[in-house]
Amino acid sequence: MAIVSIPNAVATSERPAKSRRINRTRLPAALALLPTALIVLVVYIGCMLWTVRLSFTSSTLLPKLDWVGFAQYSRLFMNDRFLVSAENILIFGVLFISGCLILGFLLAVFIDQNVRAEGVFRTIFLYPYSMSFVVTGVAWQWFLNPGLGLEKLVRDMGFESFTFDWLVNQQMAIYTIVIAGLWHGAGLTMAILLAGLRGVDAELWKASRIDGIPVWRVYLSIVLPLLRPMVVTATVLLAVGVVKLYDLVVAMTLGGPGIATEVPAKFVMDHLFERNNIALGTAAATVMLITVVAILAPWVYAKYIRPQGRPA
Amino acid sequence: MTTVIPQGSRPRRLTAGRIGIYAFLITAALFFTLPLWIMIVTSLKPMDEIRLGNILAWPANLTFDAWVKAWSSACTGLECNGISVGFWNSVRILIPSVILSIAAGAINGYALSLWRVRGANLLFGILLLGAFIPYQVFLYPLVRIFSTTGIYNSLLCIIIVHVIFGLPTMTLLFRNYYTGLPIELFKAARIDGGGFWTIFFRVMLPMSTPMIVVAAILQVTGIWNDFIFGLTFAGRENLPMTVQLNNIVHSTQGERAYNVDMAATMLAALVPLVVYFVSGRWFVRGIAAGAVKG
Amino acid sequence: MSAVSVRDISVAFETVRVFNGLSLDFEAGEFIVLLGPSGCGKSTLLNAIAGLMDISEGQIWIGGQNVTWEEPKDRGIAMVFQSYALYPRMSVRENMSFGLKMAKTPKPEIEKRVKQAAELLQITHLLDRRPDQLSGGQRQRVAIGRALVRDAAVFLFDEPLSNLDAQLRNELRVEIKRLHARLGKTTMIYVTHDQIEAMTLADRIVVMKDQLIQQVGSPSEIYHRPANMFVAGFVGSPQMNFIKGRIEDTGSGPIFVSGQRRLPLHGYTFTSTPTSNQDVVLGVRPEHLRIVELGAWPEFSVDVVEPMGADTVIWCRDREGSLQVRTSGDIRLSPGEQLNLGIDAAQVSLFAADSGERL
Repeated sequence: MAIVSIPNAVATSERPAKSRRINRTRLPAALALLPTALIVLVVYIGCMLWTVRLSFTSSTLLPKLDWVGFAQYSRLFMNDRFLVSAENILIFGVLFISGCLILGFLLAVFIDQNVRAEGVFRTIFLYPYSMSFVVTGVAWQWFLNPGLGLEKLVRDMGFESFTFDWLVNQQMAIYTIVIAGLWHGAGLTMAILLAGLRGVDAELWKASRIDGIPVWRVYLSIVLPLLRPMVVTATVLLAVGVVKLYDLVVAMTLGGPGIATEVPAKFVMDHLFERNNIALGTAAATVMLITVVAILAPWVYAKYIRPQGRPA
Repeated sequence: MTTVIPQGSRPRRLTAGRIGIYAFLITAALFFTLPLWIMIVTSLKPMDEIRLGNILAWPANLTFDAWVKAWSSACTGLECNGISVGFWNSVRILIPSVILSIAAGAINGYALSLWRVRGANLLFGILLLGAFIPYQVFLYPLVRIFSTTGIYNSLLCIIIVHVIFGLPTMTLLFRNYYTGLPIELFKAARIDGGGFWTIFFRVMLPMSTPMIVVAAILQVTGIWNDFIFGLTFAGRENLPMTVQLNNIVHSTQGERAYNVDMAATMLAALVPLVVYFVSGRWFVRGIAAGAVKG
Repeated sequence: MSAVSVRDISVAFETVRVFNGLSLDFEAGEFIVLLGPSGCGKSTLLNAIAGLMDISEGQIWIGGQNVTWEEPKDRGIAMVFQSYALYPRMSVRENMSFGLKMAKTPKPEIEKRVKQAAELLQITHLLDRRPDQLSGGQRQRVAIGRALVRDAAVFLFDEPLSNLDAQLRNELRVEIKRLHARLGKTTMIYVTHDQIEAMTLADRIVVMKDQLIQQVGSPSEIYHRPANMFVAGFVGSPQMNFIKGRIEDTGSGPIFVSGQRRLPLHGYTFTSTPTSNQDVVLGVRPEHLRIVELGAWPEFSVDVVEPMGADTVIWCRDREGSLQVRTSGDIRLSPGEQLNLGIDAAQVSLFAADSGERL
């Protein structure tokens, strides 16, 4: 014991002198960061742990600090509403992300063809992104409403038997949310990818013209691989948006018809603030947290951890 | 028959490919503009025309009644004072939140990029990860904290929440910006004897106008469009416009007045749309800056 | 028949039109360097020949064909770029064979050509690497290799060495010259702002400025008989000395006079007859000024001495102004010393003071 404590004593006796000198000039900087540090500690870490802790209790209207193990989680995964939510977010996530990437890439490529009124097109494709999900949801709810919207429009044009009732159809309602989401988010993907396209070395294009490579082939074989960082960035941004999906559903369908368009974020909100089931709500929130970590982990690994090991 | 000698500029033919490009772009443009067009025309029609007429058609009897009603007398739940209440609530939330979150981001970014404070990287790392965590994870404990301190359901409460959750993006934005400035500038200011705050206010802040504009665009649209925080923290007296819009649309009393709904929607979309159209390329820059998260 | 012929071309940009009917012929097997400062139009001309930039008037002929409206790939050209422009996610082999693959060349033929080009450029061991695993010099070799496999009659180089450091630049410069000799009948058009590259590589140099051709000629002509003051000043380092003065006719032939300095001009080959008392500028290269015991131009004092190893540049001045003299590396002089300069009228250039054109 005594032997071990000697180096420790040396270390502690040397360190204060050194750090005191450093701290005197950096003290204001440290003080300036203090509020943020507190917020990170209390909100970002503290609240997160609190939520996780609550998910292991039997809290209903008011928080309790008992311990019921994984009881809430087994209830959660037996809960129809939650299972529908999980399935919906999966459908929405896959379609929304792939849809935004494909549509966004196409829009970016087509805009990049030296077209007239490029600025007008760019402005039109991106403006939905500036508006809230509530506005987006309300607008699409109105447009897709079968009685007076698109369905009536087509019927009035003479196609009497045309039906487009996805908004009120249990099976299809989630896809209307995907459409509204695409409308809102495809422009963002376009903007990110277009910035990438504009960054491609002009001499690469010249070289490929000399080599006689068809334009579509250049995009696919040469440019798209170059855009990989932008595609990854866009995907991560979109994925985060997917997990947070809430306002759009509330504004557009309120989770209906029935529970057809419930999503996890809404499940959590409802159980925390309306259904007085804090433990189940926090359990669902914890599941969301784990999902996000699972999505982010490979990205963080690829971006920050692997490159240090060997060149990518 | 004469053959044309190739001379001068290449003849520009309108090839099938070019037509295809424009066809695609115009179709896409229609998809993106259609909802906005429908919102506008619907808001300008009386209800009869909406029920019978074509949803795409320009109003036959153009009227601004719906806009007036949406602004001043539409029912948001039990009260019927229109969405103007929400508009002013949003303004009162927006201004302090934007100013405070930009100030916090600038100071954080400056301290993190130019002053080597121990643990700063860890702090920044957690903050960035925090940006990706769904808000639902923080909400309930935050509500408890605010209830205990007695500021829950107040203007102050919602402003604090916006500042807290604006921290990651704002800090990142300014940190990246200050990191990109020539470090010699900072060194010269240190040699001239500037301290932390002197250098910040005299040297760094005056150079930050572009980032402040970008940050303002991001925050104004972000905070104006917020729904979940307003719903959870603002309290009944201070509900922002998005929440009130949702209440109007989903109000169960009487027949749905689509023209009023659409007018209210347009009113709620107005501020971000104006920001978008006025800022133009800056908006894209803001997205790009926000998009390099991590 | 010229290998490449540019006939009366103009290029229209959004607001300006350049060249205004520029014509230029390139002979088969020739190595031509387009030389000029940035913005002089040399790259625009090269891009127009390649078909990467549309011309608004005139014609471009390559190999006896009018290719004015042809796609770049159909012009029988190959091109090497400053930024290498290698396809980033493809291996060296894929980079070199991509164009041939697109042209539906049979596989064995592609392999043969890639192999030959790789051997010629000594990059066989790099064939399976990716561009980001190569050094700058290796990348440019690959880019040249990609051009080689196209088997083109005309090679276009757009500042290919400008991204490389000095050592590599010298190495590859020699390599390109060797390549040109090995290929025999290949025409090479090479754009650069570096006069050393131009002098060492070119059979003929085309000096350009402000989208206009200033002079076309062999490196020796460009250097020794520059057509105007711009060419004289742009080519050569240290720069040519310019001395303002006037021509006087003393009866025994024209004499250049600049204050105390006088130079009888017999031995100078006039391209046009000067008028007496015409204002002129005398150009003399630093190495054509000699330090002599009893010289035509006395009473210079040494200002600065710059030893450069093989030779020494001496800045000296008299009442009229400062001149640079290039002399052998072993000379010993220190600032303040007096010296006399000798000058040979056969080695100078005379320019009209108003137009800057050679007299």
